[in-house]
Amino acid sequence: MTMLQENSAKVDTGVETMSMAAALNRALADELAADDCVVVFGEDVGALGGVFRVTDGLTGQFGEKRCFDTPVAESGIVGTAVGMAMNGLRPIVEMQFDAFAYPAFEQVVSHVAKMGNRTRGAVRLPIVIRIPYAGGIGGVEHHCDSSEAYYAHTPGLTVVAPSTPQDAYSLLREAIRFPDPVVFLEPKKLYWAKGPVDTSSTAEIGKARVIREGTDATLVAYGTSVPIALEAADAAAAEGRSLQVVDLRTLSPYDDATIDAAVRSTGRAVVIAEAPGFASMASEIAARISERCFSWLEAPVRRVTGFDIPFAPPRLEHFYLPDVDRVLDAVDSLNWDS
Amino acid sequence: MSHRQLLPRDVPVQLINADGKADSDDVYLAASPTALTDGYRSLVVSRRINDQCYALVRQGRLAVYPSSYGQEACQVAAVSVLDDGDWLFPTYRDSVSLMLRGIAPADALTLLRGDWHCGYNPHEFRVAPQSTPLATQLIHAVGFAHAAVLKGEPTVVMALCGDGATSEGDFHEAMNFAAVFHLPVVFFVQNNRFAISVPFSKQSAAESLAHKAAGYGMPGEQVDGNDLAALLAVLGIAVDRARSGGGPTLVEAHTYRMQAHTNADDDTRYRDSGEVQAWAARDPLVRLRKYLRGKNALDDAEETAFAAEADEIATTLRDALNTDVQPDAGELFRHVYATSTPQLDEQWASLQGELERSEDGAKS
Ligand SMILES: Cc1ncc(C[n+]2csc(CCOP(=O)(O)OP(=O)(O)O)c2C)c(N)n1
Repeated sequence: MTMLQENSAKVDTGVETMSMAAALNRALADELAADDCVVVFGEDVGALGGVFRVTDGLTGQFGEKRCFDTPVAESGIVGTAVGMAMNGLRPIVEMQFDAFAYPAFEQVVSHVAKMGNRTRGAVRLPIVIRIPYAGGIGGVEHHCDSSEAYYAHTPGLTVVAPSTPQDAYSLLREAIRFPDPVVFLEPKKLYWAKGPVDTSSTAEIGKARVIREGTDATLVAYGTSVPIALEAADAAAAEGRSLQVVDLRTLSPYDDATIDAAVRSTGRAVVIAEAPGFASMASEIAARISERCFSWLEAPVRRVTGFDIPFAPPRLEHFYLPDVDRVLDAVDSLNWDS
Repeated sequence: MSHRQLLPRDVPVQLINADGKADSDDVYLAASPTALTDGYRSLVVSRRINDQCYALVRQGRLAVYPSSYGQEACQVAAVSVLDDGDWLFPTYRDSVSLMLRGIAPADALTLLRGDWHCGYNPHEFRVAPQSTPLATQLIHAVGFAHAAVLKGEPTVVMALCGDGATSEGDFHEAMNFAAVFHLPVVFFVQNNRFAISVPFSKQSAAESLAHKAAGYGMPGEQVDGNDLAALLAVLGIAVDRARSGGGPTLVEAHTYRMQAHTNADDDTRYRDSGEVQAWAARDPLVRLRKYLRGKNALDDAEETAFAAEADEIATTLRDALNTDVQPDAGELFRHVYATSTPQLDEQWASLQGELERSEDGAKS
């Protein structure tokens, strides 16, 4: 039994309460057990179990051929995953931190994303690139970055960012079985947040979900911004305003249908994301809503994002990250008198 | 093995010199005259392919052609030493190797013609797509070999690159990974003295790239890249070592790019014709021909037959490239994901609408 599994508490319903890190660990273990072609590798993923312990116990349980440490070489890790996938394996690689994944960026953009297209579908790369992403943990420089737009901008990649242990579990299992490469962004600050996980439940990549009903405005969020959206909705409710919350869950491909329906039902929208707002995922979401829901809108779509600055140092992080007040201010500005 | 045992020779291995005379060697043996005659045939075909592609670029039938003229012995040897189940990870300059591996010339040239990014199914020929980003494919080769080991398959992987590519970080990562995991990869550097316009002296301060191998813990060897016999011997031993569990090898071939980097490049701006002429005297075809003729292993009839075969391939190539194939716009959207996305479906529908309107004449 791994440390993470010990930490998870069994409850009567067959659903267990566990942290997101434990849920990810369980998903990896379940897929390693289900399919001999699955291999997990990266820096410190073996004996240490990863710096966030997401791979804890996997080497012990499945052996060094299935979960192994590599040299410190991000390009090499992703590039070897390309070759392995070409030769029939299903590699899951761990990038240690978002801001240390950039040496692999060429491999991701030039090869991982393009191989299927380049070979007219003859070579598909079922690779999962797991990246701990975003801030909120007080990390020093290069340990926090919100890099999702780079990946979402790249055709050929599927980009997933769960916000709950349940989705983390289900979406990671789905990602591992997915025929195409998936960049799986794990919100660092939610690694230790606990929630129920039903290991028989599945989640579909590419589907957003309304996670809180509301009638006055729609908050669109993903990953680290989901808890902020929920908190803001609670605070607004106390003031008599009913906010709906949609969790994107998959950034690319983007679920227009769910978002359109949600926004049209309320006529107002605020997009929340912690990455710098300029040329960002939030910009894309806002633009799509404006294009597709214009005649339903009572007010321009607002974005609440990080500033257009390099990620803030730990002691200034709270100035940088979107918070409930900023969200509520944006909601207040949505043309309520019209 | 001590690092001294991993070191290459100070002088590149050569079995047949530029005059077509054999050098004796106590480690590497020249293949039989019959095998070398077969190699000569491939050289003749390869040279003809290079000449034909050069012409096709001038006629506007190929968008671009990175020629391997002068490097044909490397192209032939890289493929000759492989078994059918082995894999080749080539670069943009290695089109001739692709064809020698059985890929139809027109399919091998799809990339350079501009029809599509890769014109063949890699699994069918066990040839990865030609890589244009430098050195990136070396890591794929390593991963491929690693998977083969994990699956218990006897596959050897031949990874090709140029001297310029050895300056890239991925070259280092690939060597290191392969050595650490003891993988069946042969790294084969065709040192043709130039990276576009930049001479080797500005690429590396090392006299020999093969010496780098020892630093990673793998054997290295340097070889005369215009001597097919030496190439076959050195690469053959490296492949045998890889297949028998002996791990990776780095082989550096000293050769020369006789033509410009591509048609887009003017090589008179960075090198003088004297240098080019000096290398012409070491031509891989000429010396092997002299050697085989000296051994009576090649006669006029065979030469005529080889030339005819080369002609035939050149004609096929020309015909295929002179045929206008209408590219299929739907392909732009079809292969991006295994299952398409709503956004791509929408975008394809909108492009189809545009195309239909333009057929109606409504759109200019
Ligand atoms: C990562 C990367 N940087 C730059 C280029 C542009 N480029 C194309 S070929 C080339 C020179 C490569 O020289 P070398 O590796 O010696 O191979 P050769 O062309 O001589 O076969 C350069 C710089 C590239 N293809 N990829």
